[in-house]
Amino acid sequence: MTKAAIHVPPKGGFSFDLCRRNEMLAQNGLKPPCSFKKTGTTIVGLIFQDGVILGADTRATEGPIVADKNCEKIHYMAPNIYCCGAGTAADTEAVTDMVSSQLQLHRYHTGRESRVVTALSLLKSHLFNYQGHVSAALVLGGVDVTGPHLHTIYPHGSTDTLPFATMGSGSLAAMAVFESKYKEGLTRDEGIQLVSEAICSGIFNDLGSGSNVDVCVITKGHKEYLRNHQQPNPRTYVSSKGYSFVKGHTEVLTTKITPLKEKVEVIEGGDAMEE
Amino acid sequence: MNSIDSTPAKQGLASIEGSERTLYPYVTGTSVIGIKYKDGILIAADMGGSYGSTLRYKSVERIKPIGKHSLLGASGEISDFQEILKYLDELIVYDNMWDDGNSLGPKEVHNYLTRVMYNRRNKFNPLWNSLVLGGVKKGQKYLGMVSMIGVHFEDNHIATGFGNHLARPILREEWHENISFEDGVKLLEKCMRVLLYRDRSAINKLQIAKITESGVFVSQPYALKTFWGYSAFENPTKGAEGSW
Amino acid sequence: MASKQHANWSPYDNNGGTCVAIAGADYCVIAADTRMSSGYNILTRDYSKICKLADKCLLASSGFQADVRALQKVLTARHLIYQHQHNKQMSCPAMGQLLSNTLYYKRFFPYYAFNVLGGLDEKGQGCVFTYDAVGSYERVVYSTQGSGSTLIMPVLDNKLKAPSPLILPAKDAVTPLIESEAVDLVKDVFASAVERDIYTGDRLEIVVVKPDGIRREFIELRKD
Repeated sequence: MTKAAIHVPPKGGFSFDLCRRNEMLAQNGLKPPCSFKKTGTTIVGLIFQDGVILGADTRATEGPIVADKNCEKIHYMAPNIYCCGAGTAADTEAVTDMVSSQLQLHRYHTGRESRVVTALSLLKSHLFNYQGHVSAALVLGGVDVTGPHLHTIYPHGSTDTLPFATMGSGSLAAMAVFESKYKEGLTRDEGIQLVSEAICSGIFNDLGSGSNVDVCVITKGHKEYLRNHQQPNPRTYVSSKGYSFVKGHTEVLTTKITPLKEKVEVIEGGDAMEE
Repeated sequence: MNSIDSTPAKQGLASIEGSERTLYPYVTGTSVIGIKYKDGILIAADMGGSYGSTLRYKSVERIKPIGKHSLLGASGEISDFQEILKYLDELIVYDNMWDDGNSLGPKEVHNYLTRVMYNRRNKFNPLWNSLVLGGVKKGQKYLGMVSMIGVHFEDNHIATGFGNHLARPILREEWHENISFEDGVKLLEKCMRVLLYRDRSAINKLQIAKITESGVFVSQPYALKTFWGYSAFENPTKGAEGSW
Repeated sequence: MASKQHANWSPYDNNGGTCVAIAGADYCVIAADTRMSSGYNILTRDYSKICKLADKCLLASSGFQADVRALQKVLTARHLIYQHQHNKQMSCPAMGQLLSNTLYYKRFFPYYAFNVLGGLDEKGQGCVFTYDAVGSYERVVYSTQGSGSTLIMPVLDNKLKAPSPLILPAKDAVTPLIESEAVDLVKDVFASAVERDIYTGDRLEIVVVKPDGIRREFIELRKD
């Protein structure tokens, strides 16, 4: 009782002081400056007879506005592992890049191919440490020495191992396709077809998803990144004549021209620099 | 569940008049799906009645015939639905008493429902339902829905609640103008199966009802065949050994 | 304390959508997309937001569909009474005032509706009225309302900018475009808005009002 708490130096770990502060500010009516690119997304993955296929749409949104019509949501993790990201674009990109570099270093160290579980563990421990504040929802897929693997990872760090998976705002639309059509032992073409269908379901039924279909097929010792595998949303109307935006739509009230003064004198051929 | 009779209902507008309002639902039914098919309308719904996340009732009929030409499916608060059925019964009986050989069609019933729902939301005392109304009159098929705040529309296929996320994508992909009765039922069953897999309050006991020019038919309750045998489900950690 | 988790409700929803109207010398173009959405869901791809109130007067509205529909019902009913009392169709400027009054009547529980009223005035000239949710309104040459309005307005401003009302003698309050050019512009601004606004899409309904009648056409828009 007598002594006030003795100041103990931090032992490491994470500080959530700012989270508490932010919560308090929000409660007092502060609106956080929120303009993150939230990739309202459809991402999917499935296991087929000789590997894993990942798929994603290509729309990135900021509120009701489409920020990027053709972004990439299937991220590179290792030559044999790729990862689809949904959530805040900055978080999915940062977290996949970080783990990807750790995997690379691990490969240099061991001289062996990366395993999907390694990527899974690194991702989930990072996300768990941040208690959901790193808002990345991921579909991780790859083929390693132990065979094909597919996992989902939620922002709080929980993971799941599945034969087919969907994530993002379009996950239900895509899951409707998988739940009614997925079979074990699909061929490569059937797999790509089903993944595209699931992504299209997200594109056309979920407003957070849109534009094109990206697909990534990973098999033993081989992968194929099919960027814009389908482009089902062309512009529907183009004006017969182009536009010329003529000057003069804004009235000019006064004009004043201030000429630039030369402030620096450049002297050609000065002294040679000292060694 | 001691909190049910505690504070929330006493706050805000409820206390002004001292009367109780539905500020949250008690016993609820999940999705209803409806489609137009070649000869009429098909509506499907399961028979679960959830009390929060408890599956409290297992034989709730959520599809009811209304008059001669209409069929009503409801998701949301079951007691409010039963209240609505009372209103509709009164409406139909009153209409019958004219005895003018005229009867209310699905369009009229749907319009009545939109007004009732919108009116109640204006009084800040909503009927906590999403309603699907289908029917056929004079060769005219009709399928519409109303939400608890009065948003309403017609379409060739309709789903409420979770069905909007899971069933509509399938319906948009596979529904067509001339779908037969058999294919229509198959399509609805496909949607109900997906809902069963993915909607936690859905149960495997459902009814499908059809309405055509010649009348209404509501099926006996039955269950769907399901599949849980994916080898990846058998030992989930097999693929992630060394992880958690 | 963790209170009981229960669904809360709001008397309002935003069902999205965009409306545009342009007034010409002897025509008026009124257009709106046909998507109706709620949150990230598309409720239906084919819901008309344009309502014919009188022979030469149409209302395009986005916002909360239930309120929009109630508003349309009030206005059509009021117009029916007007016809019985005056044995003629209401003029577009009169309807404009009626709409403003109807909106303001619900000042403290507003209709969540964003309206553009378009048609022909008594002289047969195109006229457009634009509103906020509680009835503030203004006669303009062109206008856009709804979820994609912020994307469309600057383009219309650039292509159709009205002469300043400060210039004397006063200039005509109609666009310099001919009808086909105006329709082409409407199609193009919608095709562009659909690229960037997630709540606009599916189909575009265009209504052209002219002294000899009304013409309606549709074009497809992106469905994603």
